[in-house]
Amino acid sequence: MTAMRDLPDENLFVMGHTACPGCGVAISIRNALRILGKNTVVYVPASCGVVFSATYPHAAMKVPFLHTAFENTGACISGLKAAYEKKGKNVNVVGFAGDGGTYDIGLQSVSGAAERNEDVIYICLDNEAYMNTGIQRSGSTPFGAWTTTTPVGKLTRGKREFKKDLPEIMAAHDIPYLATLSVAHPADFIRKVEKAKTISGFRFLHMLTPCVPGWKIDQAKSIEILKLAVDTGMWTLYEFEYGERKVTYRPGKMRFVKDYLMMQGRFRHMSDEDIKRMQGWVCRKWGQHYGEKGSPEVCPVELPAEHHAITEDHRGMHGP
Amino acid sequence: MKKVITGDHSVAYGAKLARAEVVAAYPITPQTLIVEHIAEFVSDGEMDAKFMPMESEHSVMSATIAAQAAGARTFTATASQGLAFMHEMLYVAAPLRLPIVMVNVNRTIAYPVGIWCEYNDSMAERDSGWLQVYIENNQEALDMVIQGYMIAEDRRVLLPVMPCMDGFVLSHTVEPVELPAQEDVDVFLPGYEPVYSLDPDNPAVAGSFMPPEYIMEMRRQTMDAVEASKKVIPEVGKKFASRFGRDYGGLVEEIGTEGADVVLMTMGTVTSTAREVIAEFRGRVGLVKLRFYRPFPSDEIRDLGSRFRAIGVFDRSLSYTGGGPVFEEVKAALYGYSDIPVINHLAGLGGRDVTAQEIRKMCELTLRAADGERVSRVNWHATRGVPV
Ligand SMILES: Cc1ncc(C[n+]2csc(CCOP(=O)(O)OP(=O)(O)O)c2C)c(N)n1
Ligand code: SF4
Ligand SMILES: [Mg+2]
Repeated sequence: MTAMRDLPDENLFVMGHTACPGCGVAISIRNALRILGKNTVVYVPASCGVVFSATYPHAAMKVPFLHTAFENTGACISGLKAAYEKKGKNVNVVGFAGDGGTYDIGLQSVSGAAERNEDVIYICLDNEAYMNTGIQRSGSTPFGAWTTTTPVGKLTRGKREFKKDLPEIMAAHDIPYLATLSVAHPADFIRKVEKAKTISGFRFLHMLTPCVPGWKIDQAKSIEILKLAVDTGMWTLYEFEYGERKVTYRPGKMRFVKDYLMMQGRFRHMSDEDIKRMQGWVCRKWGQHYGEKGSPEVCPVELPAEHHAITEDHRGMHGP
Repeated sequence: MKKVITGDHSVAYGAKLARAEVVAAYPITPQTLIVEHIAEFVSDGEMDAKFMPMESEHSVMSATIAAQAAGARTFTATASQGLAFMHEMLYVAAPLRLPIVMVNVNRTIAYPVGIWCEYNDSMAERDSGWLQVYIENNQEALDMVIQGYMIAEDRRVLLPVMPCMDGFVLSHTVEPVELPAQEDVDVFLPGYEPVYSLDPDNPAVAGSFMPPEYIMEMRRQTMDAVEASKKVIPEVGKKFASRFGRDYGGLVEEIGTEGADVVLMTMGTVTSTAREVIAEFRGRVGLVKLRFYRPFPSDEIRDLGSRFRAIGVFDRSLSYTGGGPVFEEVKAALYGYSDIPVINHLAGLGGRDVTAQEIRKMCELTLRAADGERVSRVNWHATRGVPV
């Protein structure tokens, strides 16, 4: 496996792009491309990624780049690959799609490509909202988060639903390789992108990518926040290889989700009650991923395991 | 070799003879047989293409655009709701200058849900930059798939082409079709040589985010390409005729117009019935088959305006302006050039048969208008509760 310092210095995602300083999407694209190398063709759907890397007459990627629409990453990378296969060219075909373009409007297209086991790499850059259109909620936005369509108002405070578990949906397609990644964990990141590069068939890489204005965070803190996401259980680093599930990094000590939430303006309004609900949800996920309950200090027995299916409305109707 | 086959089968042979390399598709009546036949050709090793059974038409057009941008010759086919579902992507193909060929088997767009022929699916896409040709018989269907690539891939054009074919009347009806020999087609239509394609050895962007400083010029370039196709289409037609012996004319075909007082303009299969009916009028009514709806043959129509005393326009679709889209555009083309009466004949919507009786009525009304009688500008033929 290549170490960070041994990665080629030549960036394929170069200076002059217009992403915000500290943008998790840009950092992830840059590092993924260093590993994927020059023999790569990229599709980017409507998202921050297309605006900051391909606003005419500029181009920030030194690899062929296609953009056409928003909801069709799975289909476009399938089409690109079909053409190269027909021409006998062996090329890495990669889609860099946002969470909106993957969890929501593009779910059909990514599911189709996965089911057909297209020989492509699909990378979901998950900044947990529609950032390009001004921070609207997506199926990926976490519970409690402020977005412009889940405002902090008099009646409701932030998003009332929990984050959709997309990797599990993708795993259910029985694809050859799936992994969750974070650039704050570079050794794990490099190993997974390298592995994806060598496997053939549909590969799904899911990267958590902080967004400075969308998460209301300090631009110097994206990496620290990513680390905390893993340490609290808000993000888990694991992989599925031909159906075998494996956690690839396990935090030494489980941290309170509140530590993660309070570093971000999008969560800072959350009530104690909501933070407790979030902690219950995280504890349940932790148990699922690591095969054992979180530390008793963070996940005490009296904490109810929060299920997505139990929304406030349902509580009202059926009791707690 | 002659074969008695459906229009859909004929189209599938066209794609095979044109050596389409990537075929993405999604089934919809009455296009399904095209997809099924191509799947069989590929599965039997008779056609060397990558067949992609997609999960929706939106994905079909997306994959087709991507494959064409990566340098492959692509083919697909759809109809009605499928075409509407592609709408967003159709607008991407033309300005990216991707010479895709896609057959649309005309079928009514819901609501009301129906599966029979109406032109409100393809005509709704008239502003997408695709060239559209309307087809009269199964032979023309095959021939226009092959010619479609010649037109689309011409360096003066580089635009996608949509041959449009009447659902069921052609798609599911067998007719004798002459299948050209592969060697002859190979000479007429050489392999696809893209002007540019997405290649790691020569990286470039296709599909930039574009500020207003550049979009006007891009639109103008696409417009110029559509204009240029007006020259290329008859050239390709002539070249095809000299090799294969079948000449369909250019943007329009004139039938028995010499010495006529008026002309009736038709499209698609209705033209075949009209060929018979005009004979009854002893030379007074000529027939004009409108083949290409995009590019719109404005010059040819102005020429008709100067030669005849009235034009009857058949429309198989409605614009909710009162009349049909072809009627509106014929009037616009004549504006400032001619003030002869233009009479709209709406018929066959939702796939209703257009019989000789209706066509006779169209001819009569057009003649009466030419003779100075007050005739309704828009006529609904064979419609309950609406007198003609
Ligand atoms: C069919 C369609 N609907 C809506 C839009 C508007 N739109 C463009 S980008 C975007 C959000 C992108 O969100 P995401 O995929 O999460 O990417 P991000 O910008 O957050 O990286 C939306 C809603 C569009 N381009 N196309
Ligand atoms: S808005 Fe967010 S996702 Fe978009 S460029 Fe800025 S930091 Fe990156
Ligand atoms: Mg997003």
